[in-house]
Amino acid sequence: MIMVDNRIESNPTSSGVHPLKFSLWLIIISIIMMFAAFTSAYIVRREEGNWLEFELPTILLINTVIIVLSSVTMQWAYVSAKKDNLSSIKLGLILTSVLGAAFLIGQWNGWAELVQNNIYFGGSTSNPSGSFLYVLTGVHGFHLITGLVFVLITLVSSLKYKVHSKNLLRIQLCTVYWHFLGGLWLYLYIFLRINH
Amino acid sequence: MSSTDISIHPDVHHAHEEHDHHHDQNFLEKYIFSQDHKVIAKQFLFAGIFWAFVGGFLSILFRLQLGWPEATFTFLEPILGGWIENGKLNPEFYLAMVTMHGTIMVFFVLTAGLSGTFANFLIPLQIGARDMASGFMNMLSFWVFFLSSVVMFMSLFLDTGPAGGGWTVYPPLSALPQAIQGSGTGMTMWLISMALFIVSQLLAGVNYITTIINLRTKGMSMTKLPLTVWALFFTAILGLLSFPVLFSAALLLIFDRSFGTSFYLSDIYIAGEALTNTGGSPILFQHLFWFLGHPEVYIVILPAFGLVSEVIATNSRKPIFGYRAMIGSMIGIAILSFVVWAHHMFVTGMNPFLGSVFMFLTLIIAVPSAVKVFNWIATLWRGNIRFSTGMLFAIGFVSLFISGGLTGIILGNSALDIQLHDTYFVVAHFHLVMGAAAFFGMFCGVYHWFPKMFGRMMDEKLGSVHFWMTFISVYLVFMPMHYIGIAGFPRRYYNWTGFETFNIFTDMNTFISLAAIIGFSAQFIFLFNFIYSIFKGRRATQNPWHANTLEWTTPVLPGHGNWPGEIPTVYRWPYDYSKPGASEDFIPQNVPFSQTQSSNLPSERDLE
Ligand code: HEM
Ligand SMILES: [Cu+2]
Repeated sequence: MIMVDNRIESNPTSSGVHPLKFSLWLIIISIIMMFAAFTSAYIVRREEGNWLEFELPTILLINTVIIVLSSVTMQWAYVSAKKDNLSSIKLGLILTSVLGAAFLIGQWNGWAELVQNNIYFGGSTSNPSGSFLYVLTGVHGFHLITGLVFVLITLVSSLKYKVHSKNLLRIQLCTVYWHFLGGLWLYLYIFLRINH
Repeated sequence: MSSTDISIHPDVHHAHEEHDHHHDQNFLEKYIFSQDHKVIAKQFLFAGIFWAFVGGFLSILFRLQLGWPEATFTFLEPILGGWIENGKLNPEFYLAMVTMHGTIMVFFVLTAGLSGTFANFLIPLQIGARDMASGFMNMLSFWVFFLSSVVMFMSLFLDTGPAGGGWTVYPPLSALPQAIQGSGTGMTMWLISMALFIVSQLLAGVNYITTIINLRTKGMSMTKLPLTVWALFFTAILGLLSFPVLFSAALLLIFDRSFGTSFYLSDIYIAGEALTNTGGSPILFQHLFWFLGHPEVYIVILPAFGLVSEVIATNSRKPIFGYRAMIGSMIGIAILSFVVWAHHMFVTGMNPFLGSVFMFLTLIIAVPSAVKVFNWIATLWRGNIRFSTGMLFAIGFVSLFISGGLTGIILGNSALDIQLHDTYFVVAHFHLVMGAAAFFGMFCGVYHWFPKMFGRMMDEKLGSVHFWMTFISVYLVFMPMHYIGIAGFPRRYYNWTGFETFNIFTDMNTFISLAAIIGFSAQFIFLFNFIYSIFKGRRATQNPWHANTLEWTTPVLPGHGNWPGEIPTVYRWPYDYSKPGASEDFIPQNVPFSQTQSSNLPSERDLE
């Protein structure tokens, strides 16, 4: 294993991009395709009628602000890593994970709000319009959890002084993934706003 | 995610200058949880062959039912147990077998078995890399596939039977356990298995693309890549873009089945009882499914394109005709394959105008397909052909692809499809163009690269017996199906003797079943040849086919890291066969132009 990756490290790659970074972009593309499927299914299904219109939970707006903030702190951690500012790396990563967790809790509360308004995921009174909202937020939430785990791993390695200007790859990958998850949520939020 | 970024610290790598200084591997690391792409390729190959026999066996079982609808099958009781009732095959089990046959063949054999084997084996060897970008992810991909296989295999032994809604698992049938037994636990396991399968395919695909883009050896520009690598590259891209969509579709189906949502269900009465689901649309599933489903058929056939191109050029001792046109047509096919999915849905009641748009786009695919066929034939034309078994299968592939492609053009016409949809005509079309053709591509690859995989040759005599028996029986099976299909004979019917119109086809169906049994038996010749040759075959030389690509510059049995010394540098494209003025009829890619002055073209003089 170590051998294989050394090989990658030592030979400059034919594209000039680190293979892991390249792989991450490919994974991001596959996640985009998943959501493209969900959102186009949403539109197609909505066009067919029998679609229950309801108010989006108000908390979603707050969550959107939180996740945008978390992208800012993540970027700050990354920039600090480039400048070898070790304490701000840690602070940035801690803030990012706290904000990420806050976002997830917020989304959970959003679901609670939906249930209060009698919008259910399944069951005899449910309508696809509500179920779709649960699916979009749920699947995004799942990916956000994987992102959060990644941030925590990066945080742990920064506590071991393994994240600095000569060892940027991990935090770089983490930043790309985190920004992607934020961007994905922005897309979903705007999509839901427009199609509601 | 995070589990894949192993050892990203540059501080350890000066310790390993030479790649052979690897710590000793125990049996587990070497053969089971290996991260060596060649071992993983063989694992996929063995798994694929296993699945092919399971899938083939199922098809023989249901061909027995179709060929001899009045017979009693008590002799099958030892194998099928409760599925034989009073000597008759249980009708729901018939549907389950058809479903499992399709699923196994399309996904487990012709996707995982074919791409898994040849992408893993050939990509690093042909681009000049020591391994895949991430050996760990690669290993994970196989073991996730293995897990998915175990789940699917176990579902075959459920009391209620495996999934029974067809390989396309259309809801509402697949969503409602009340409708058919197979939509109970069998369908749940089908979905779990497919979800794992998709994860495995994505892990693999990410790796293939990354490797091809990033790890090519010095001199190996994209336009010097063998067509196999190009084909596998497009295959991986198609998979990366389409499998996540199937995942989404499956996820919604899981929610409908287990969480009471109504994405695909609406206004359904079962046994006089109304279900509460409202607002869903089963057509939505078809859109999502075929958005994967159509690219999927090209995921199956593109690797075969690549393997066949390579084998035809090598064994015609001629450069491939239209190298760039081959790449261009694959790009065209890959792009078009995403915009034709609704040709599977012409008769779902969709807007006829939309139907004609999809008809137009569908028929355009015939153009790049024809370009490829033309190029293969032009490569064969006046070639110095060597009829190795691999070559026989490659030529067989071209024949089958033409026969099956022609019927595609007929089906692509939305008006004709009204008559032909869901008949045996469709079955004949896709078995020729996808089923049989991709199998031929796979056989072609196995026979041709066997010496590189196992260091021995397969037996050519047995090989050509295998080829002729398979080739003839494939045509004997599928040609008659066109006729009964045109007559309207519906697919997926357990028994048709009750219909006056279809009774006259009894003899034809018996004939087809006999041919199928002969064809299936021929595969045991292959199996014997394969296993025997692994242990007892004639020892291979380093480059038995006198081929140009890099894999033949490795030792007869390449070790971990592929090349013992430095990786060769590439100077030329892979198709310098029978170049005028050259001393031999092939010039490997790693021979510099300075060594071949007598054969260099004027444009190549500056490269000397
Ligand atoms: C000339 C190019 C082709 C055209 C125009 C074409 C057209 C079609 C059409 C219109 C159908 C739907 C028929 C129906 O259900 O009524 C169909 C079915 C199918 N085609 Fe093709 N096809 C072409 C090539 C291929 C290739 C290259 C493959 C695979 C490698 C393939 C695999 C399939 C499969 C698997 C189905 C049936 C799926 C099912 O219903 O279970 N086709 N084709
Ligand atoms: Cu299609």
